[in-house]
Amino acid sequence: MRVALRVQLGAMRVLGIETSCDETAAALYEPGRGLLAQAVHSQVAVHAPYGGVVPELASRDHVRKLLPLVRQVLEAAGCGPRDLGGVAYTAGPGLVGALLVGASVGRALAQGLGVPALGVHHMEGHLLAPMLEPEPPGFPFVALLVSGGHTLLVAVEGVGRYRILGQTLDDAVGEAFDKTAKLLGLPYPGGPALAALAERGRPGRFAFPRPMTERPGLDFSFSGIKTHAIQVLRQAGGEAADEQTRADIAHAFQEAIVETLVIKCRRAVEATGFGRLVVAGGVGANRALRAALAAWGGRAGVEVRYPRPELCTDNAAMIAYAGAVRLAAGEREGPAIRVRPRWPLDELRPPGAT
Amino acid sequence: MSRILALETATDACSVALRVCGETVERRVVAPREHAARILSLVEAVLAEAGLVGTGLDALAFGRGPGSFTGLRIAAGVAQGLALAWGLPVVPVSTLAALAQDAVEAGAARVLAALDARMGEVYWGAFTADAADLAAPAGAEAVCPPHAVAVPEGGGWVGAGPGWAAHGEALRARAGNALVAVEPERLPWAGRVARLAQVALARGEAVPPEGGVPVYLRTRVADTPR
Repeated sequence: MRVALRVQLGAMRVLGIETSCDETAAALYEPGRGLLAQAVHSQVAVHAPYGGVVPELASRDHVRKLLPLVRQVLEAAGCGPRDLGGVAYTAGPGLVGALLVGASVGRALAQGLGVPALGVHHMEGHLLAPMLEPEPPGFPFVALLVSGGHTLLVAVEGVGRYRILGQTLDDAVGEAFDKTAKLLGLPYPGGPALAALAERGRPGRFAFPRPMTERPGLDFSFSGIKTHAIQVLRQAGGEAADEQTRADIAHAFQEAIVETLVIKCRRAVEATGFGRLVVAGGVGANRALRAALAAWGGRAGVEVRYPRPELCTDNAAMIAYAGAVRLAAGEREGPAIRVRPRWPLDELRPPGAT
Repeated sequence: MSRILALETATDACSVALRVCGETVERRVVAPREHAARILSLVEAVLAEAGLVGTGLDALAFGRGPGSFTGLRIAAGVAQGLALAWGLPVVPVSTLAALAQDAVEAGAARVLAALDARMGEVYWGAFTADAADLAAPAGAEAVCPPHAVAVPEGGGWVGAGPGWAAHGEALRARAGNALVAVEPERLPWAGRVARLAQVALARGEAVPPEGGVPVYLRTRVADTPR
């Protein structure tokens, strides 16, 4: 009786693991108690000399850093591996070698402990991250996911009930930020540096296009804005362009991106009739975007929510949470360690229905 | 004597072995690109056959490389996860040593172990059998073109491993008269990893689970821009 009780209580504490790209992360989540601990190691310094993420180096760093992070969150929560009731890891989408590190460690750990394991969809993690806040938004809501790897508008009607409303046809918005930043001579990853430069820029000097806003539709395209930035910089003297000119270009670039995102968010809210917008992903930290969405939301009577910054960027708390919800519904991996580098979000079903 | 579970996934071969005292239970498959899908089932199979549970073991050993980068990380990741779950230390074992050990157990006294490293190179290591019939390094392991491998002094060497199939001509030319036989079909099996790990564990070479990381040898995997 006592043993059964312990197992039942322990069945809820879930270790989450995230290794899909250039962040190694671990977290502990327990229903009813919430997020117990989380830790993230950023690989920015590993990839900076290369000007972008090198997949093999990402994998090599994950396999060195993951287990210490797992130990760190266990210690922070004052428990050991035997207190885990399940293990959830990002199974996709992402870099195959990087995903395999988290899946190998996570699946094997669960096997060794005799507890269930589950591979989680990275984007579902992002969509559900706001549920970890003290006052989570209610369903349904429109989610805008904006990061270095993704640009998505999703109608979220419940866990596993996602409809993709729009997505980028080329670069992700964070990618456009990073590439344009590189063009302006800013160090990798340049997105935040570009945003800082843009704050010193003067409005009105350069005109940038708002791609795909002329016609109806919710898809995005950002490669044109990037190309436009190349041309504007060249006309302004290229590498000889002065600091103020660079700041003005950064301002115009960011303004075009932000305005495009706001236009698409407005359309998505109108199309769904949902009165709530949740913004997630690293670009969600951009101040200009937040200010513009707040202004629009205030006018339109739409509630705009952001998870706190550490839940916006890649993290394992969201993986632990999504995993806990699905593990509780009885979903489990078999003994095979499987990852899905390409995994369409709309293949997901509500917990237990798969 | 110790009880050791060993994993080896550095090549197309995927194997798991459980060594208890001098007895080995082993599962071997040659299944390129399926190592991740199959390895935990193999672990369960050897534990069941031996009638043991993970917490009853003394250490987890794995082939730490060199070899396929992805394969190395599967073995390392699984070893780390199982070792953390079972409260065990980890013993990383050279994949080239395990390959040489396969030849030693077939009677070879001196082994030139070679794996195909792609990009026109081999992973290379020379080993000699010690008094206990264990492959001991006779030089540093390296990744290099086959015409540049280091062949230690003396003769009586047996060439072993798939590197001899991929680059046989160049390696034979390099080894010359020092070579007495070539056995390209030999592979690094988990049973050999377990045997080498047993003595490594006795020598105090076990590390905590987070120390179970691959040794790639090839360090240059990307070019810095400009």
